[in-house]
Amino acid sequence: MKANTNTHIIVIGNGMVGYKFCEKLLARKKNDQEFTLTVFGEEPRVAYDRVHLSEYFAGKTADDLTMASVDWYAENGIRLFLSDPVVDIDREEKLVRSHHGHVVHYDYLVMVTGSGAFVPSIPGVEKDGVFVYRTIEDLELIQAYAKKAKRGAVLGGGLLGLEAAKALLDLGLEEAHVVEFASRLMPRQIDDAGSKILQSQLESLGLNIHLAKSTQEIVGGDFIKGMQFADNSFLDVDMLVISAGIRPRDELAKIAGLDTHPRGGIVVDNGLRTSDPYIFAIGECALAHHMIYGLIAPGYEMADVVAGALTGTEKEFLPYDMSTKLKLIGTDVASFGDPFVEEPACKTIRYENKAKGIYKRINVSPDGKELLGGILVGDAEQYNMLLQTCKNKTILPPDSEDLILGSRGGEDAGAGVMSLPDDALICSCEAVTKGMLCHEIGENGHATIDALKKCCKAGTGCGGCIPMVKDIIQGVMKQNGQYVRNVVCEHFDHSRQELLDLVKMNGLRTYGEVLNEFGHGDGCEVCKPVVASLLASLWNENVLTKDRAPIQDSNDRYLANIQKGGTYSVVPRIPGGEITPDKLIVIGQVAKKYGLYTKITGGQRIDLFGAHVNDLPLIWEELIDAGFESGHAYGKALRTVKSCVGSTWCRFGVQDSVSFAIEVEERYKGIRAPHKFKSAVSGCIRECAEAQSKDFGIIATEKGWNLYVCGNGGSKPQHAQLIASDVDKETCIKLIDRFLMFYIKTADPLTRTATWLNKMEGGISYLKAVVVDDLLGLAAEFENEMQSLINNYKCEWKEVVDNPELRKHYNHFVNVPDKDPTVAFEELRTQKRAREWA
Amino acid sequence: MEPTTNTKDRIVWHLACSVEDIPEDGGGCALIEGKQIAIFNFARRGEWYATDNECPHRQQMAIGRGMIGSQGEEPKVACPFHKKTFSLKNGQCLNDDDYKINTFPILIKENQVYIGL
Ligand SMILES: Cc1cc2nc3c(=O)[nH]c(=O)nc-3n(C[C@H](O)[C@H](O)[C@H](O)COP(=O)(O)OP(=O)(O)OC[C@H]3O[C@@H](n4cnc5c(N)ncnc54)[C@H](O)[C@@H]3O)c2cc1C
Ligand code: SF4
Ligand code: SF4
Ligand code: FES
Repeated sequence: MKANTNTHIIVIGNGMVGYKFCEKLLARKKNDQEFTLTVFGEEPRVAYDRVHLSEYFAGKTADDLTMASVDWYAENGIRLFLSDPVVDIDREEKLVRSHHGHVVHYDYLVMVTGSGAFVPSIPGVEKDGVFVYRTIEDLELIQAYAKKAKRGAVLGGGLLGLEAAKALLDLGLEEAHVVEFASRLMPRQIDDAGSKILQSQLESLGLNIHLAKSTQEIVGGDFIKGMQFADNSFLDVDMLVISAGIRPRDELAKIAGLDTHPRGGIVVDNGLRTSDPYIFAIGECALAHHMIYGLIAPGYEMADVVAGALTGTEKEFLPYDMSTKLKLIGTDVASFGDPFVEEPACKTIRYENKAKGIYKRINVSPDGKELLGGILVGDAEQYNMLLQTCKNKTILPPDSEDLILGSRGGEDAGAGVMSLPDDALICSCEAVTKGMLCHEIGENGHATIDALKKCCKAGTGCGGCIPMVKDIIQGVMKQNGQYVRNVVCEHFDHSRQELLDLVKMNGLRTYGEVLNEFGHGDGCEVCKPVVASLLASLWNENVLTKDRAPIQDSNDRYLANIQKGGTYSVVPRIPGGEITPDKLIVIGQVAKKYGLYTKITGGQRIDLFGAHVNDLPLIWEELIDAGFESGHAYGKALRTVKSCVGSTWCRFGVQDSVSFAIEVEERYKGIRAPHKFKSAVSGCIRECAEAQSKDFGIIATEKGWNLYVCGNGGSKPQHAQLIASDVDKETCIKLIDRFLMFYIKTADPLTRTATWLNKMEGGISYLKAVVVDDLLGLAAEFENEMQSLINNYKCEWKEVVDNPELRKHYNHFVNVPDKDPTVAFEELRTQKRAREWA
Repeated sequence: MEPTTNTKDRIVWHLACSVEDIPEDGGGCALIEGKQIAIFNFARRGEWYATDNECPHRQQMAIGRGMIGSQGEEPKVACPFHKKTFSLKNGQCLNDDDYKINTFPILIKENQVYIGL
């Protein structure tokens, strides 16, 4: 099919596959081809990631789930109508009419209307408190209703049902039940033995499972009160999510007189054409090879087939592999290939460990050479490997039981992937092969998941291939001799960045939870402060509450800097170095009263040394009364924003550097990071505030401000580098938000910004691309995250002073009120100093 | 608890504090018979330990403020000053053979913590 003139294509449905079709069509479009694309979507939002819908409950926003923003459609010349379903198709005239009355002509029509939840006709399904689980709106309703509900059930024990049941538990319901009609869970994916193990695993998570239950009626008045079953039993619930399967949306096709299947689905041929050659159907609404493909990977493949057909590359849609791995349920379940073949068509190898909740089954061809399929419950670590072995028809080793029993993980985990052939399909959603990945990693330096997602889209679909992609990254790096495993310490096999992502995704807030979920052993002085720091960077809750006090590093533990001799120093915040005479007097009085040594610091504030731990709350009480706040001199956090006096007094000044410095310091005070960070603002090019030696520095220009990043004083001085010139204040702040968040999220522990940059592949130009040009598309996320940290700011010392529980820990002894009698000072220039180390 | 005459092979139990005075998975310091004793509530392992509060490295009274954790199976505490770590079981410094701290028997009874000297 050649399209030399402008071809008008209408896409009906803006779901995952509908979006993917647009993307693939644009990618395949040749120079001499011209298309006008119009998209009609019924939902109020642009296409979003339905596969990860449940993450909406874990805190992802609709924006986070969006596949591509509305701007993307505009930029690519796509006309997009949302909340505007197509209601009629005139095939003779080749016109569609939408709900809002738009009538548009097409040359080709692509139907991607997806499916809806199948709701069985049980009496009472219309009651309040009965939901389906398909769209963001559904989840919003469920979330709101769950607030007042106690017991919830899910009708349907399949893939989606279990996911929904777990979501009910996570929403805080006291009881969550799964009601399944068949005699086992996930009847389409796993066998009886697998179901038994899965059931016990789910029960230990707190789910109640009811099998072989046929629901007769949903009982209640306006609101659901319970479920009546055919066996006369009754289940008391106040909300119900129906997940009994999907129902292809073929109603429009029927109106248009296209062939549909009696049990649902728009019938298509191997080229995905419907009974009208100008109309294609793809995704979950299409019935190809006599079946509905209710998974994302085949949907994407269909999108590719049709995009190909319309740009002149005919290919067929072949029967597609339906292997799946369940996500989010807290126990692994996977099935691949043909999970159910029985002898004599195969040899079946089973392994079962009831105590550990593990069941594995593989089906091997009778000659023992090929893997036909299998089931994994409780431990699906080998899923990706087995799937590849199965799909690529790799010749099996003589002892095929090693596939499921052999050494797990360990040394040669990476070697396994590297032995796959180059054309092995790793990301089936996006059809990315191992060879392509190796090329991107090795030749183009895209050696992170994010970078690979960006350059070849691997892992952006169902995400199931990500562990394997990680292994390939490691494999390639290892081959190139670049491999460094950056784990935190013996207790965590993750880098700080990985751990941060995990902690964030799982919403963990205490050290105990993090160690239980992702670590082993009892922790140590290395991982405790690392976790403390990332908890603070993620949630900005008081560092001393919950179980967090004993995991803080020496200084954070007492919110003061421990000094020689065991006393502490006290540093109130003096934003921008500006201070009133009255406040200066208070500092003097406090220092006198508690016998403290005073010194002006390098950051334009005043340090008070020699405070006994017992005196710290008393000292702070007085400082806080006078309007001071914690200066976080003890934390891996913002220290000071130095300023020169700028245009308010200096005859050279071109901007008011003091006001800006105060604004910046007030904004980022208390933000925890992998290491301390400092800033400065100078009022003109003479740079009296030494901004270029700071983690981020700002220098006034005639037209605005120049922003420099990653400078350092310290033992290895390094000049900061310019990333933006002549920007206004708002832009400058935005860029700093992004810069800091990127640093916070990706730096190794105790790495200053300068070192972080020095280790960064692509160096300053990459950093600039991320921060200024939004290369990773994360700018908005960074800004939001920073804003939420800022919103959570509270002066830690004020909280301690006001909280008797926290104050209690400021005693040297737990059994007597005495101060540490061994503390001793020496005289120095009429003040005192710590006694020299013995 | 009646203090008895202190013979070499006899442990005398001294009341130090109550269980709540020592944070879970953290430590504190008690003054007993003029001696500073660091006490640790290793809640994660369900174990309690007592050691010198003084760090032998620079004679700082700080072990009780140190972070506890494990190295392999060995429970340990890190001095907040220069992060020398010591076995909570036998007091041996784990990253510098030259140092060692004393450890003391510890007993929890009716919510009270007793140290044997
Ligand atoms: C909670 C959940 C978890 C899932 N997990 C997985 C998983 O782990 N792995 C996996 O592979 N798959 C999973 N799936 C399935 C996967 O999401 C679907 O296969 C995929 O979304 C299908 O894409 P689609 O574009 O065909 O349909 P949809 O995403 O449903 O999009 C169809 C769109 O068309 C619109 N529409 C319908 N009729 C009209 C009309 N007349 N005019 C205009 N618009 C119309 C609909 O409103 C909808 O927005 C999951 C699904 C759900 C709900
Ligand atoms: S940097 Fe410029 S404005 Fe600031 S003090 Fe120096 S000369 Fe004055
Ligand atoms: S430079 Fe050295 S001596 Fe001076 S404050 Fe910093 S760490 Fe202490
Ligand atoms: S004083 Fe304890 S490690 Fe130096």
